[in-house]
Amino acid sequence: MRLTVWTYEGPPHVGAMRVATAMTGLHYVLHAPQGDTYADLLFTMIERRNQRPPVTYTTFQARDLGGDTAELFKSAAQDAYTRFEPQAMIVGSSCTAELIQDDPGGLSRALGLPIPVIALDLPSYQKKENWGASETLFQLVRTLAAAPAARIRSERPRCNILGPTALGFRHRDDLVEVSRLLEKLNIDINVVAPMGATPADLKRLPDADFNVVLYPEIADAAARWLERTHGQPAVRIVPIGMGATRQFIHEVAAVAGVDATAALSEIDARMPWWSRSVDSNYLTGKRVFIFGDATHAIAAARVASEELGFEVVGLGAYNREFAREVRAAAEKYGLTALITDDYLEVERAIAELQPELVLGTQMERHIAKRLRIACAVISAPAHVQDFPARYSPQMGFEGANVLFDTWAHPLVMGLEEHLLAMFRDDFEFNDASGPSHLEATVTPSAPPLTPEASDILWTDDAQKELSKIPFFVRGKARRNTEAFAASRGLATIQLETLYDARSHFAR
Amino acid sequence: MTVLTALSSLVERPRTAARTPARQDLPVLRQRGQREVFCGLTGIVWLHRKIQDAFFLVVGSRTCAHLIQSAAGVMVFAEPRFATAIMEERDLAGIADANEELDRVVEELLARRPDIKMLFLVGSCPSEVIKLDLHRAAQRLSRRFGPTLRVINYSGSGIETTFTQGEDACLAALVPEAPAAAADAPPSLLVVGALPDIVEDQFRRLLESLGVPRVDFFPPRRSDAIPAIGPNTRFLLAQPFLGDTCQQLAARGAEHLPAMFPFGAEGTTAWLKAAADAFGIDPLHFLSVVAPGRDRAKRALDRVRPALEGKSIFFFPDSQMEPSLARFLSSELGMHPLEVGTPYLNRALVSAELDRLPADTVLSEGQDVDKQLDRCRAQNPDLVVCGLGLANPLEAEGIATKWSIELVFSPVHGFEQAGDLANLFARPLARRNLLQV
Repeated sequence: MRLTVWTYEGPPHVGAMRVATAMTGLHYVLHAPQGDTYADLLFTMIERRNQRPPVTYTTFQARDLGGDTAELFKSAAQDAYTRFEPQAMIVGSSCTAELIQDDPGGLSRALGLPIPVIALDLPSYQKKENWGASETLFQLVRTLAAAPAARIRSERPRCNILGPTALGFRHRDDLVEVSRLLEKLNIDINVVAPMGATPADLKRLPDADFNVVLYPEIADAAARWLERTHGQPAVRIVPIGMGATRQFIHEVAAVAGVDATAALSEIDARMPWWSRSVDSNYLTGKRVFIFGDATHAIAAARVASEELGFEVVGLGAYNREFAREVRAAAEKYGLTALITDDYLEVERAIAELQPELVLGTQMERHIAKRLRIACAVISAPAHVQDFPARYSPQMGFEGANVLFDTWAHPLVMGLEEHLLAMFRDDFEFNDASGPSHLEATVTPSAPPLTPEASDILWTDDAQKELSKIPFFVRGKARRNTEAFAASRGLATIQLETLYDARSHFAR
Repeated sequence: MTVLTALSSLVERPRTAARTPARQDLPVLRQRGQREVFCGLTGIVWLHRKIQDAFFLVVGSRTCAHLIQSAAGVMVFAEPRFATAIMEERDLAGIADANEELDRVVEELLARRPDIKMLFLVGSCPSEVIKLDLHRAAQRLSRRFGPTLRVINYSGSGIETTFTQGEDACLAALVPEAPAAAADAPPSLLVVGALPDIVEDQFRRLLESLGVPRVDFFPPRRSDAIPAIGPNTRFLLAQPFLGDTCQQLAARGAEHLPAMFPFGAEGTTAWLKAAADAFGIDPLHFLSVVAPGRDRAKRALDRVRPALEGKSIFFFPDSQMEPSLARFLSSELGMHPLEVGTPYLNRALVSAELDRLPADTVLSEGQDVDKQLDRCRAQNPDLVVCGLGLANPLEAEGIATKWSIELVFSPVHGFEQAGDLANLFARPLARRNLLQV
């Protein structure tokens, strides 16, 4: 058993729902008790979908357990087929149904439905949402795209785009952006899956020359199978940020044998100049903590460090399946990756590191809000406000523009930072009121001036001086000064100690 | 249905003058199919704020944790007073002893939150299916960590409970924790059901002005303030979904005062009247105490009535409050309920409401959501009350909806909230008139 306050990922059948909901013509019959129908609202409320997810739940009750829950499954599957007439069906169990072992796969085979029925084995007590999505896409592809390509591969190059699902972080807009890039490269898109695909479309996957894997968490397993079975190479570079987008274009061009010049023109890429503009000087060395799914976290670290000039002070991910990649990325910044799905552990790390900016999921947003640290969301899980009405991709050149805006915006701006430091007692323009360009509605309490558990005493003078340091660096100053005092064996921090420490740690 | 029959014998039907169509006896539409409802775990989202030194530990799966988190929506608190002990493969395969694991998790929790005085172990679908005995676990943990910590268990599992039944199960489990009131204790009134603090305060003022000698609320705001219960305790239910709690209280000798539920001016008046009558309060005094609030409520409803009068409404099952709300909307605001769906119809508790529903209103219990959607589309109601999974899809089809969850999450009881309650139904319609996009 694991004590859990908030979870980064839902159970694996929610991953299967993300795939089914992204597609059309596919129906999911889920053996599950009534409470599991909550998952519908993830799609209808958080993502504001205007249709119910294509899912039928058997909603068995306690009184059914002694009777025939298998029969209940069969009638639910039969009714769902009759009512929705899907091209294909996926069937499976949620956590509770897994315990009663009714075998949805066998039961639906016995129905003899005239469509492909794919049984999903998603172990709820071992695996989680992303794995469930990946396994579902893999099983769908393996079953439906078994036949070899019907097309002779000599015309204009064609690719599949794999990975975008329902409830994905900016998947809708990333898909548009990446499609534009491919268009500039004169590459046709054969099938996008799962978003917008029908089961019939999946059968055409082998017709493409290669695959573009946008979200490895979801599509890598399917892409590997397509590579093995149909000889389709996969492009795995995730085009988040300027550098990665350029690399992506080069690699796609190489695989497809096309000229990359037009696509590299970067006509819409304002981010490099925005970042080089002198007003962005203040971004230099901002300490940033990054946490999310592996793909977005690794990409964010690269953008933060290479394209915005931030200092990455923490990097981690909640999906252990990709821990190796995150660890390798963290090493580049001289860090040890934080691989955990324990929200409290992430909170501890942030509190200790006192970064100036947190890039994370909705959980980190709440942590950062509480600790009064600036924050931007870069990864699922995300709240309703992270499904914006406007076009807001993370990928491609426009995605890089979006990242610049989204990450710079929460920070205290350059000149304001100086003014706060110079005139700290101004009654209305002081650090307690937070960045002046942001709404002042929420004013959570500042981090405490006095450390919770330190043996070192601060003199009144030193304490007062510490309070004059702007809130966004105060925690760091306190920690550094105490570490400095401890290393010198000082029991008390005088005003002088504060400045000695500052010069010691000056970078 | 044993609960129902037992309860019917306990509850005396209110004597109402005119009861022309006896809705009590009318048929109820029951269909078996997909039930699009929350499970009882969802109640934790409000219960954990009500009892301020209690903590709710769900013993369940990742799905349970994800459900509560999603139902709580954006309400991510600093550290909520609930958590999930997520069962893993090794707990099920018998590699780990589930009871030892649970003890370890509780230790971990108490180390983090030493301020907890009452711990609810909440059963879930998986814990029920593997027959994890949380009652024994609660006793064991109470012995170990008592007397400063009380450990209580109840089930919020979706195979046994629907949405608000979780509160019922929680409160029913809390009843045995109440001290026994002496047989000769002075008579007192217990108001049962988790109410917003402001509503509690309003009711307390009204009941005290009426002259009710002692008023207590259940659940209490703190776990050490559970009121004593005995044969001289009379109780009013504040919510129609508290059938099991009602039984438990009756088993402790307390006397249930059947009444309409306190929604709107009429509902609140009838509810208070039941208490006044039980305590022998002079009718004239009752009128003088109640009049100002009732008049304010009526004025507030008058303002909303034009938006709702003559409009049809269709309820999908959700909270068991549906018959009471349909009564309020039809008799106090002139709406026309086409279908009133409820996850579970406790006729004994809502008999007064059923009697007041129009004769052609269809009552349905349980659900086959696809068929119910067919009926709803065919009738094309002016407003649909439904859960979050159905609301946006129906709006996209052009049907105005009211999220039912808001009816459980916001102050809607009593005179002062009557206008707010009506407005919850009027706002979706007003918004549609307003928008030109």
